[in-house]
Amino acid sequence: MLKTFPKGGIHPKENKLTSSESIKMMPTPKAVYVPIAQHIGIPAEIIVERKEKVKKGQVIAKSGGFVSSNIHTPVAGTVTKLDMIIDSSGYKKQCIVIRTDQKDETNHEILDFPLKKEIIMNQKDILQHITDFGIVGLGGATFPSHVKLDLKNDNHVDCLLINGVECEPYLTADHRLMLEKADEIIVGIQILMHALHIKKAIIGIENNKKDAVKVLAKACKHDKRIKVAALQVKYPQGSEKQLIKAILKREVPKNGLPMDVGVIVHNVGTIYAIYQAIQHNQPLIERVVTVTGKNIKDASNFWVKIGTPIKDLIEEVGGLPEGTRKIVNGGPMMGKAIKNTDVPITKGTSGILVISSEEASRKEAKNCIRCGECVFVCPMGLEPHLLMNLSEKGMYEKASYEDITTCIECGSCSYVCPSHRPLLDYIRFGKSIVKKLATEKN
Amino acid sequence: MTLSILYSAFLLSAIGVVAAIILYIVSKKFYVYEDPLIAEVEDILPAANCAGCGSPGCKAFAEKLVGTEDISELFCPVGGNDVMKMVSEVLGKEVAEKDPTVAVLRCQGGCDVRPKTTEYQGPRTCSISAMVYGGETDCQYGCLGDGDCVNVCDFDAMYMDEKTGLPVIITDKCTSCGACVKACPRDILEMRPRNKRDLKIFIGCLNEDKGGIAKKACSVACIGCSKCEDICPKDAVIMDNNLAYIDPIACTLCRKCVVVCPTDSIIETNFPPKKVKVAKDKPKVDKTKVDKPKEKVQSIKKTTDA
Repeated sequence: MLKTFPKGGIHPKENKLTSSESIKMMPTPKAVYVPIAQHIGIPAEIIVERKEKVKKGQVIAKSGGFVSSNIHTPVAGTVTKLDMIIDSSGYKKQCIVIRTDQKDETNHEILDFPLKKEIIMNQKDILQHITDFGIVGLGGATFPSHVKLDLKNDNHVDCLLINGVECEPYLTADHRLMLEKADEIIVGIQILMHALHIKKAIIGIENNKKDAVKVLAKACKHDKRIKVAALQVKYPQGSEKQLIKAILKREVPKNGLPMDVGVIVHNVGTIYAIYQAIQHNQPLIERVVTVTGKNIKDASNFWVKIGTPIKDLIEEVGGLPEGTRKIVNGGPMMGKAIKNTDVPITKGTSGILVISSEEASRKEAKNCIRCGECVFVCPMGLEPHLLMNLSEKGMYEKASYEDITTCIECGSCSYVCPSHRPLLDYIRFGKSIVKKLATEKN
Repeated sequence: MTLSILYSAFLLSAIGVVAAIILYIVSKKFYVYEDPLIAEVEDILPAANCAGCGSPGCKAFAEKLVGTEDISELFCPVGGNDVMKMVSEVLGKEVAEKDPTVAVLRCQGGCDVRPKTTEYQGPRTCSISAMVYGGETDCQYGCLGDGDCVNVCDFDAMYMDEKTGLPVIITDKCTSCGACVKACPRDILEMRPRNKRDLKIFIGCLNEDKGGIAKKACSVACIGCSKCEDICPKDAVIMDNNLAYIDPIACTLCRKCVVVCPTDSIIETNFPPKKVKVAKDKPKVDKTKVDKPKEKVQSIKKTTDA
């Protein structure tokens, strides 16, 4: 019996259409639109001016505080505008528009770095590099990595978990990365273990990616400290708390962090970015994005420069198919529909999913029949039907008492509801109000 | 027979007397002194319990009025100056005099002037859709049209206009309690002073985008051209972030700005029609300009959903 988390969870249809497509290089776009708020926390501060020439990898926006991150230009070119454009939040946000210099060779060369195994940097430099090179969590939450690695004295971390679960249907970005860059990922893990004095690392991979389990197990054969754990296929196993529970049987306390139970979790994409930053001095300027959908002609995985408009990617896979209703930034469970295709790829974009009308339409919400399905599938042990009602009626204190803030917004409740009730919509709203009231109180 | 009637009558009266004695003793023992002024003030207050004053209900407000030394900062927006004057007479404290206000809608983006570019399928409340994205149109500042303000209005002073998809305020019924202002996630509703004839001039737009983008999204948007600022003799127009705002205190209601506005985004209410020019109450719809963004919309047709 394979390991998994005990409470709740669902198994949506996997639809991993692109798992056998190797990662292609996306050509450099004519212009990139780099938002300054690509991470959780304080937006970065712009340090370039209009008409300024920038080199590839140059810092264009400086970290605005501790929970913030530097942003680098993914191309060489000229800053044409500091504009407001709609990003994946659905609102207009400040972004830096850079016109690519087509003559500059650095824009077009495909960098093929040889594997570099020895770690020469000392611990302090490693952490400083991770801070400077704008590494954030690439699993989707975009939490600045250096904050996660900033251990306080009273935290004793004994295990590093690597998240290669990719439990979202359709997405295969992490899967392909694990297959193609296995050795680099192992070196990345060794770097973190070296920097934080951790003696144990476990890579968690769901068992629908048997090839990745095999490849990584082979790659880490020489290092006894690193193990690969195959996990049962269940959504939302990619969530930090669920992953810790599944592999280590430890439970992260309410409102606590994985650090409290001696664990640090990083996504495989982040590990690869850390490897690039430390061994090859490469800032985080590109990432793997899965472009997929049932009607997409050439669905595949791509190395994409941060700031590339989504329409470029869609053209690359053969254009929008007829009857497209929704384009989702991320996976079908937790992703967010975007407003138009000018929205740029950010550090947190793991996939672009194109959905047709039949799949996208919401059914009419009916009354709750008290079947309890939502309670059964909630991985956090909450009562979604109750939380929805409390939030709908504005009873936020009661909702706070019922732990609405511990909701991880996985959407399992909305997925299983036979009455098609908008459970997550209301819970997410209630959660934001409860959080706002709590900060006002303090 | 008669005896049983007598017995029961006697017994019931005895119970009554005993209960009366107990109640008397308890009421004396657990007597709580309440300032008789509180009841008196509460009688004066409008009993709307709308929380427009900041207190949860009229009784709580009466207690606050009686309990506080300086009540010049407290005000009942529903009762207005008349009620506050009576309160001041009862309590013998000074009260502030405030101009009566009324809620106004600072958005004119109806369905005909502000085309929809996306479709939203989630729960139809403004607060949730505002959290998810910028709205079904290209204007992320305007009315979302799901009627959160109408739902919170206790005085039936608002309704949704089905044609335009915008809320309408019935000025006579509005008590300026401010519930709609708090409910609106976009801060479109504003409390503005109303004079005797309820004459008002204000900018019916909150779009901070640059002129071209704003106009593309909505044909009656403020494009930030500053024409109203230039013509205003009293400097009542403030330009900020490509958006004009008319200061209600400085404005003398001369209506000069209304005529010069190229997009008809300045709203004037209850003015008699001008003799020479046609009143600009109704926004003109420029068909050619509205159609343009629509073509673009079709090529990128998609929806936003939570």
